[in-house]
Amino acid sequence: MQLSTVFIQLLNGVQYGMLLFLIASGLTLTFGVMGIINLAHGAFFMIGAYLAFQFTRYWGWPLPAAYAAAVLAVVLLGAGVERTVLAPLADRDHLDQVLVTFGLILVFDELVVIAWGKDVQPAAIPASLSGSVHLGSQFVYPLYRLVLAGIGLLCALGLYLLVAKTRLGMIVRAGSYDRTMVRALGINVTPIFSLVFGLGAALAAFAGVLAAPILSVSPGMGDKIIIIAFVVVVIGGIGSIKGAFVGALLVGLFDSFGKILFPSVSSLIIYALMAAVLIWRPHGLFGTA
Amino acid sequence: MIRPLGAIAAFGFIAVMSALPLFDSAYLITHSTRILIYAIMAMSLDLLVGYCGLVSLGHAAFFGLSAYTAAMLSARAGISNVLIGLPLSLLSAAAGALIIGVLTLRTDGIYFIMATLAFAQMLFFLANDSDFFGGSDGLLLLNHFRASIGNVVLFDLSEPTTRYYVVLAAAFATCIGLALMVRSPFGRVLQGIKSNTQRMRALGYPVERYKLACFVIGGTLSGLAGYLYLVLTSLADPSILNWTQSAEVLMMVLLGGMGTLIGPAAGAFVLIELVDQSSALTEHWKLIVGVVVILATLFARGGLAGLVGTLRARRLEAKPA
Repeated sequence: MQLSTVFIQLLNGVQYGMLLFLIASGLTLTFGVMGIINLAHGAFFMIGAYLAFQFTRYWGWPLPAAYAAAVLAVVLLGAGVERTVLAPLADRDHLDQVLVTFGLILVFDELVVIAWGKDVQPAAIPASLSGSVHLGSQFVYPLYRLVLAGIGLLCALGLYLLVAKTRLGMIVRAGSYDRTMVRALGINVTPIFSLVFGLGAALAAFAGVLAAPILSVSPGMGDKIIIIAFVVVVIGGIGSIKGAFVGALLVGLFDSFGKILFPSVSSLIIYALMAAVLIWRPHGLFGTA
Repeated sequence: MIRPLGAIAAFGFIAVMSALPLFDSAYLITHSTRILIYAIMAMSLDLLVGYCGLVSLGHAAFFGLSAYTAAMLSARAGISNVLIGLPLSLLSAAAGALIIGVLTLRTDGIYFIMATLAFAQMLFFLANDSDFFGGSDGLLLLNHFRASIGNVVLFDLSEPTTRYYVVLAAAFATCIGLALMVRSPFGRVLQGIKSNTQRMRALGYPVERYKLACFVIGGTLSGLAGYLYLVLTSLADPSILNWTQSAEVLMMVLLGGMGTLIGPAAGAFVLIELVDQSSALTEHWKLIVGVVVILATLFARGGLAGLVGTLRARRLEAKPA
C-alpha cells in the first residue's frame, strides 16, 4: 500500500468515524441517562438530511439558515416523540423499547416516502465547499470531507467539555451511573431527560445535514447507519461519551481500511470487531457492569 | 385442570386447520403454510424471550443458516432429499446457535440484544456480499424437495397440500414439544432464571449452561422454520437474515403474549395478516403496521393472550360463587 493511500484511508476513516460519533453520542446519552434504547434515533439523521436538502435545493435558503432550520425542526420532532412515546417507556423492559422504536422506524420511513418518494435525492456539495485540497505534491483530498471531519472533531470536543466540565454534564454522568440515586438526591430529572434527548436529536440531525451530499439521501438511510451506530455504542460501552468517541474512530478506521485490504468481506469486519470486543470486555471498552 | 372451553377451542382449531385443503384454494394453502412456518419461529423465540428472559434480536440468523444450508445442498450438491437436507440444516442451525450462544451469553441486557443483532448482521453481509452464497439475489432453486429412500418417494414437498400437512404437523409438534418442555424441570429452571438469575445461581444451578441449552433449542427450532420456509418459497435470499426479520418475529411474540407459546403463534397470524391486508389497502402499509406496533406495545400489555386471560377472569367473576 502506498503512503498516500494509507493517508487517504486514514482521513476517510476519521471522517466516517466523526459522522458515526455524532449519531452514537446521542444514542449513548439517551441510554445512559434515560435507560432507553432508541432504534429510531436514525430517523432523526434521515429527516435532518431530507430537510436540509429540501430547504437548500427547492426553497433556495442560504446554507446556515437551512442547516439551522433543519436541526431545529428535528429537535422539535424529537421533543414530541420523547414526551408522547418514549417517556412512558423509561420504566419498561428493553423488549418493549426495541419494539416501540422499531414501530417508529416504520412510521418515519414511510412518512419520508410519502413526502419525497422512494428515489434517491440528488443532494449536492455546497458550491463554497466543493473542490479539493492539495496537501503535498501528489496528495489531493476533497475539501468537503475535510471540513466534515473537522466539524465532527469540534463537536466531540464541545460534547466532552459539556459532559466533563459542567453541572449538567455531572448530572448526566451521575444519571448513567445510577438513575435512582440522582432522583433521590432531589434533582428533577424530567427536564434534563428532555434536554439530553433534544441534544442527541440535534446531533443526529446535524450529522444528517452534513452527510446528505456524500451519502445517498433515501428512505431507510437512517436504518443502515443506526445499526452501525449501535455497534459503536456497544464497542465503546453504553453511556460513555469517551467510549462512543473511541468506538466511532475504531469503526471508521476498520471500515475504511477493511474496504482496501479485504474488499470481499468489508461489510462484516466491523461486526467481527464488535464481537471481538464483547468477548474481551462484555460491557464495552469504557462501560461499567 | 382441563378447561372445557379451552379443550373445545383446541379441538375445533385442529379440525379447521386439518380441513383447510377442502376449500381447494391454492392461495389459502400457501398463505396458511407461511403463517404456520412463522408460528414455529415465533414459538421458538418465545422459549428464549418468554421463558428464559433472553431478548435476542438475532433469531433470524438460525432461520437463515438452515435455509441457506438446504439451499446450498440443493444448488451446489444436488441434494433435495428431505431425509438428508433437514437433519443437516437443523444441525447447521444448532451449531450456529451453539457458537453464537457461547459468545453472546457472556453479555446481558442491552449488550445481549446488540450482540445477537451483530452476529446475525455478520451472516447477513456474508450472504449478501459473497457470490458463493448467491449474493444479494440469493439462491433460487427448482422445487423438488421430497423425502425418499432409494427410489421410493415417501412424500413430495413440491405438492402444496402435502407440504401444508407436513408444516401443520411440524407446527403442532413444536407447540406440544415446547409446552411439555416448559412444564418439565428443565423448563422450570429456565423460568427461574428469567425471574431471578442470582437466586438460581445461589441455588447451585449452572445458569450459563441452562441458558445455552435454551438458546440452542430455540435456534434449532428457528432452523426448522427456516428449512420449511425454503421448501415453501424455493428461495434463500439475504432478506431472511436481516435484522428486520428478527424484529418482526419479536413483534409476533409480543403481540401474541410472551411466555404463552400459543400466543406468539397467534401473533404470527395477526402480524402477517396485518401486513398483507394493509399492503393490499395502500402502498404506504408500513405506516399502518408501525402505528399498530407502537400502540400495541404501549397499551396492550400481555398481548392477545393477556386479553384472553382478562376475559376469562371476568367470566369467572361473573359466575355466582
